[in-house]
Amino acid sequence: MSARETFPLKQTPLHALHLARGAKMVPFAGYDMPVQYTAGVLKEHLHTRKEAGLFDVSHMGQLVLKAKSGKVGDAALALEKLVPQDIVGIAPGRQRYAQFTNDDGGLLDDLMVANFGDHLFLVVNAACKAEDEAHLRAHLSDACEIVSLADRALIALQGPKAESALAKLCPDVSSMKFMDAGPRRLNDIDCFVSRSGYTGEDGFEISVPADKAEALVTALLDNPDVLPIGLGARDSLRLEAGLCLYGHDIDTTTTPVEGALEWSVQKVRRSGGVRAGGFPGADKILAQFADGAARRRVGLKPDGRAPVREGAALFADPTSTEPIGKVTSGGFGPSLNAPVAMGYLPTALSAVGTTVFAEVRGQRLPLKVAATPFVPNTYKR
Amino acid sequence: MTTLYTSDHEWLRIEGDVATIGITDYAQSQLGDVVFVELPKVGRSLKKAEAAAVVESVKAASDVYAPITGEVIEVNEALAAEPALVNSDAGGKAWFFKLKIADKGELGGLMDEAAYAAHTA
Repeated sequence: MSARETFPLKQTPLHALHLARGAKMVPFAGYDMPVQYTAGVLKEHLHTRKEAGLFDVSHMGQLVLKAKSGKVGDAALALEKLVPQDIVGIAPGRQRYAQFTNDDGGLLDDLMVANFGDHLFLVVNAACKAEDEAHLRAHLSDACEIVSLADRALIALQGPKAESALAKLCPDVSSMKFMDAGPRRLNDIDCFVSRSGYTGEDGFEISVPADKAEALVTALLDNPDVLPIGLGARDSLRLEAGLCLYGHDIDTTTTPVEGALEWSVQKVRRSGGVRAGGFPGADKILAQFADGAARRRVGLKPDGRAPVREGAALFADPTSTEPIGKVTSGGFGPSLNAPVAMGYLPTALSAVGTTVFAEVRGQRLPLKVAATPFVPNTYKR
Repeated sequence: MTTLYTSDHEWLRIEGDVATIGITDYAQSQLGDVVFVELPKVGRSLKKAEAAAVVESVKAASDVYAPITGEVIEVNEALAAEPALVNSDAGGKAWFFKLKIADKGELGGLMDEAAYAAHTA
């Protein structure tokens, strides 16, 4: 993150609202963002799991990909040149998780792709959005028009009461299922709504014109079930849900197979599929689908109470000198009331229940490989 | 009984040749919800400014330094079971450890309550 930091920090359309609500602001991906409000990370986390949390994620990139032919299928075919996912198969009104790959099979970014009927709508990570847009322009400009929607804010409403809170502004959202996505009018504001998120909870992500963002958020926060939630709890929520943070758990050196993201690569793009390969790094990634990879991302549960954090080296036993892997995300899971982590291990040591050791302040702390999500998700399928 | 403070937001209560050490209410408010505390072993000799304990919030780990040189004679085991005590009673029940003071001369470099209040203002 730090290498990308540029000053002065950018502000989202909700910056004034964050300050008015007592947020503690920190630099993140070049933006001045709320890390927590007055409730604090722990209470914000638990409130999201029990009621509903509202997150400002306007720092993320929103892009439209529209085929010059006018056919959404052509935009989907074009995008398939850059990602290993089945984009053609995303039905209108549906969304899918995807990754941009590089020639080594590593990941340039992860993203959401929605089919809005006549075009694709993409949401990418804040720290990667300029590179992602340039990547799309460099490879897809012949066939597609690429539009950056810099004049839109993005918010997430997450938790068991997200549906009832959002339905007050637009009853129609109650009929949406997990990963449904499309235009909706919320309080007479034209928004793009998807039933998705980054917490493991049911919820929605809402793209809203920048000049209407504060009005929409204020209307949602008028509901006593809804509290504003900072990036601190966003991170602990996604970690408990076993979801990857780009630049930490996955990056340019990790493939979808190493990252345990096989589920996100549909059969049609794998060997033997109708549109097998044809994305950067396909040779390496498809070979790993056939033969496996040497290392794998796993969930890790420390035996004790001590959090094991990002960067901690992992060892096969308490005394060995050569690390076998490292922790890529780690902290305390407030809903589990226990530390949780994820990291990379040799595939041979990646089975659930395997004990490994992390070096923390000169001590070797035992951890067990654990299934993810650590906290069951509550998506409305 | 005298209470002294460090610029790193630790407090010391001095009773005879024993110093009871914790972190200040200001420090806990900056850390946020404490979820884990690691304490030094009883019998360990600590040098002034050496990392002595660790306090962790959901997001981050922070070191607690020995404000003076001395031997650890007692630690607050209650913090292992209930780290949130640090948030609810930083200046009281959530003491971290007690040191047998090696050199009372080191106390001269610490702040009194008024100086610490000015330091955090």
